[in-house]
Amino acid sequence: MKDLKILGIVVAFALILYYGVEPFAHSQMHKHVEFKGFKYKDLKDIPKGDPKKGETLAASCAGCHSIKAAGMKAPMDAMASSAAYGVNPPDLSLAGKMLDEKFFANFLVNPAKVTKSKHFAMPPSAGSLQDAADIVAYFKEVAKKAEETTETEAKKIANEKVEKLKKSGIKVSDSQSKEIVSKTVKNAKNKEAFVFACGRCHANRYGKWTQLGDVPKTKPDINTGVDLAKIDFQKNLGAYQIKLAKYMGKLPPDLSIIVRARSEDYLKTFVEDPQTQLPGTAMPRVGLTNEGYEEVLGYLESTGDPSKEKRESTAPWVIGFFVIFTLLAYGWYKSQWKGLH
Amino acid sequence: MAHFDENAKPFSHKWLNERLAVDTLKRVLSTEYWIPKNINFLWAMGMVLAATFGMLLISGIFLLMYYQPNTQLAFDSVNYTIMSEVGYGWLWRHIHGVGASVVFLIIYIHMFTGIYYGSYKRGRELIWLSGMLLFVAFSAEAFSGYMLPWGQMSYWAGMVITNLFSGGSLHATGLVEWIRGDYVPSQAFLNRFFMLHVLLIPLAIIGLIVFHFGTLRIPHVNNQDGEEFDFDAEAEKWKAGQKKESKVIPFNPVFLSKDVFVMGVYFILFFFLVFYNFEFAMDPVNFDPANPLKTPTHIYPEWYFLWSYEILRPFSTNIGLIAFAFAQVIFFALPFLDRSPNVAPASRRGPFKYWFWILLVDMLILTFMGKLPPVKPWGTIGYVAAVIFIILWIALPFITKSEKKL
Amino acid sequence: MADRRDFMGMALGAFTGLGALGALYAAKRTWDPLPSVKAAGFTTLDVSKAPEGVLITEMWRGKPIFVLKQTKEMVEKAKKKEISNAKGHKEIERLIKIGDSYFMITVGLCTHLGCIPGYRPETQDFLCACHGGMYDSTADVTKAPPPRGLDIPPYKIDGNKLVLGEEGPEYKKLVETGLTQRV
Repeated sequence: MKDLKILGIVVAFALILYYGVEPFAHSQMHKHVEFKGFKYKDLKDIPKGDPKKGETLAASCAGCHSIKAAGMKAPMDAMASSAAYGVNPPDLSLAGKMLDEKFFANFLVNPAKVTKSKHFAMPPSAGSLQDAADIVAYFKEVAKKAEETTETEAKKIANEKVEKLKKSGIKVSDSQSKEIVSKTVKNAKNKEAFVFACGRCHANRYGKWTQLGDVPKTKPDINTGVDLAKIDFQKNLGAYQIKLAKYMGKLPPDLSIIVRARSEDYLKTFVEDPQTQLPGTAMPRVGLTNEGYEEVLGYLESTGDPSKEKRESTAPWVIGFFVIFTLLAYGWYKSQWKGLH
Repeated sequence: MAHFDENAKPFSHKWLNERLAVDTLKRVLSTEYWIPKNINFLWAMGMVLAATFGMLLISGIFLLMYYQPNTQLAFDSVNYTIMSEVGYGWLWRHIHGVGASVVFLIIYIHMFTGIYYGSYKRGRELIWLSGMLLFVAFSAEAFSGYMLPWGQMSYWAGMVITNLFSGGSLHATGLVEWIRGDYVPSQAFLNRFFMLHVLLIPLAIIGLIVFHFGTLRIPHVNNQDGEEFDFDAEAEKWKAGQKKESKVIPFNPVFLSKDVFVMGVYFILFFFLVFYNFEFAMDPVNFDPANPLKTPTHIYPEWYFLWSYEILRPFSTNIGLIAFAFAQVIFFALPFLDRSPNVAPASRRGPFKYWFWILLVDMLILTFMGKLPPVKPWGTIGYVAAVIFIILWIALPFITKSEKKL
Repeated sequence: MADRRDFMGMALGAFTGLGALGALYAAKRTWDPLPSVKAAGFTTLDVSKAPEGVLITEMWRGKPIFVLKQTKEMVEKAKKKEISNAKGHKEIERLIKIGDSYFMITVGLCTHLGCIPGYRPETQDFLCACHGGMYDSTADVTKAPPPRGLDIPPYKIDGNKLVLGEEGPEYKKLVETGLTQRV
């Protein structure tokens, strides 16, 4: 009984200690920012849009942007674009899905104000909120097509992977192959979301992503060890990053393990409105939908905390082992101390 | 010349006994190493510490296989290679990180158990001193290990802590540069702290653990009442089968069985932290790579250094350094500052009872304040707590001298 | 009482042993080659521009790969000569046919103890400087100590290209008939 009383005191002190140096200290160090659910209530409501009209209006977008899902190529490559604007404009295939419609339409009317970014390269691109709503309606249709393409391609890759596994003699059950397919599709969607929302300013080196796209697979020359293709790529990337840093004020950080460097709450509220967490930051308000944000976060978790699944599946085994270990040890202890008092 | 039986079978019991004295070893180290019976679970903390050190050693060996002590590669070798490529690399890292933090919790419990029961007096001074040396060695081990991931906290902790050696107004920048091997923490710094972390300090710790065990041998482990008795006579009782009457138990298996049970409970908690609540042991700020051109908004040491950090912080540079140095060494002097003739639990010792709890609470407050930004009112509270800490230690000899013999 | 005491202690010991086995498994997995090493185990070789009778060295899994496009004379010789340690099989069977050309493609490590044999253009053969082993132009062994000709890496023919690291049907056949060993 005395042991339990002492244990109570020790545990109480340990918990007070933990409370003081963790939850309490963090609550004092970081200011609290209210999460508003990606609703953008400060912006004007928009009228219903007509995608047909929007398609005509959107033709001018292609002056700077590519829209792969609609078969439109970018007029300039990433390097030339960054030289002209400071940053490479995004491909717009997913814009209708990733961006909140209210944000998107208001953004087209006045980009600098809506993003809360002092210097935003994109000029106002819609004459009225009605025009903007039409364009948004069009991009929503484009995004549907873009997503379908992503899904079909990912499914193809996943099925090839399953075939390969089967060929090499590994048994793959139907549910397993379904899981492989659904996981591959999810990963592909998450990555595209990241590329659209973050990928032109932020690298993710654990995901092998740079502001210029995926890190290309190159091979050094066998006699000299020189990898010219790699050097070329790095030179381009360096030039792009210098331009980008000039445009943004500093090089935006690599996001490989940002999920471990910042709390979930911080990331959410920061993406929703960067100025609330970091007043004066050059990072624009991106205007993501909740769904779009979840996908971006999914990608960031896959690069920042890749062992999560394995960790969660291993945990019950190890902890279960020690529970049984403790029960057995208790039995041993009781048998050894029997008759000593 | 010892006698060796020519006919003993190689590796038979007799053969080994003649060469290694296995029976004697077993007797001396386990079955007839006597521990008092009158103890509680806090007496298991020594073995819990040994087990945690074992965990740190094993996980460290696997981390060492993939870690790169290079300022360009260190961060990614930890956060990418070990965390996502190496089979169970994440498990070793989490065990290592959580273990490094939890080991200090147990050390503090172990220390305060010793203080509460007066286990540092009357023949047990060397146990306390060797234990304090272990505390210092573990602190150095924790600090050097904290450098290795080469994140923002590694870099800036390295910068700030090495700057302490400039001695304030002494401006010993030469010494600071000598410690770093460069003007700032850099490749040379990382390499030498890597060496300290994986070789020199662990060697010292292992040596000190052996020494710590050695110091226990003659004075024996204390008991819940600080009672003094004849261990030999009590041991004879046990051997004669009077197990109920004897005040001692053998280390193996009786004491060990309780130890192992306590360890089991401890490991459930330990692995719960490893799998579900590891973030307290791995500061988010250290997941940003080291940047010599940007100090993080908030910098603070790991929780176990916070109390002494807070003694440094509220004062001006020179006084702060003196106060800090005082806090670092004063625990060593405990056996000599306590002038009371009694070896007894604090609850029976008059004013010392209050001294103990005030010290504990004061250190807890210092720990809290050490992590908070130095603004009002935290700065003031920290200042008061630091002053109380110093007064408590100055008052200790006077308080204990007036204590009546029990 | 003594029985129960022993029983509990032993049960605990045995269970702890089980846990140690689990930890050993994790340790074994930690020693495994990393996924990035495994993924780098594939190399595509384009041999379409290789000149006849000139040895080219490539690299696969950190090992040197010999590529020797066979001249007409070499092919003629290979059609007649038996493989030294596989009687009944002709050397031509160990050559890789891509299009109309025959290639000797092997791991460039001596099958004796792993040194790199040197190619001698004038005699069109290989000499291993370490222990004097020799191979002819199809990499079949001609002088001991090497026990067999140079090993052929797993390959798959993909048009004009060769993917090293993947086992195509031709390679599988070579292994089955014992004309090369898996490397």
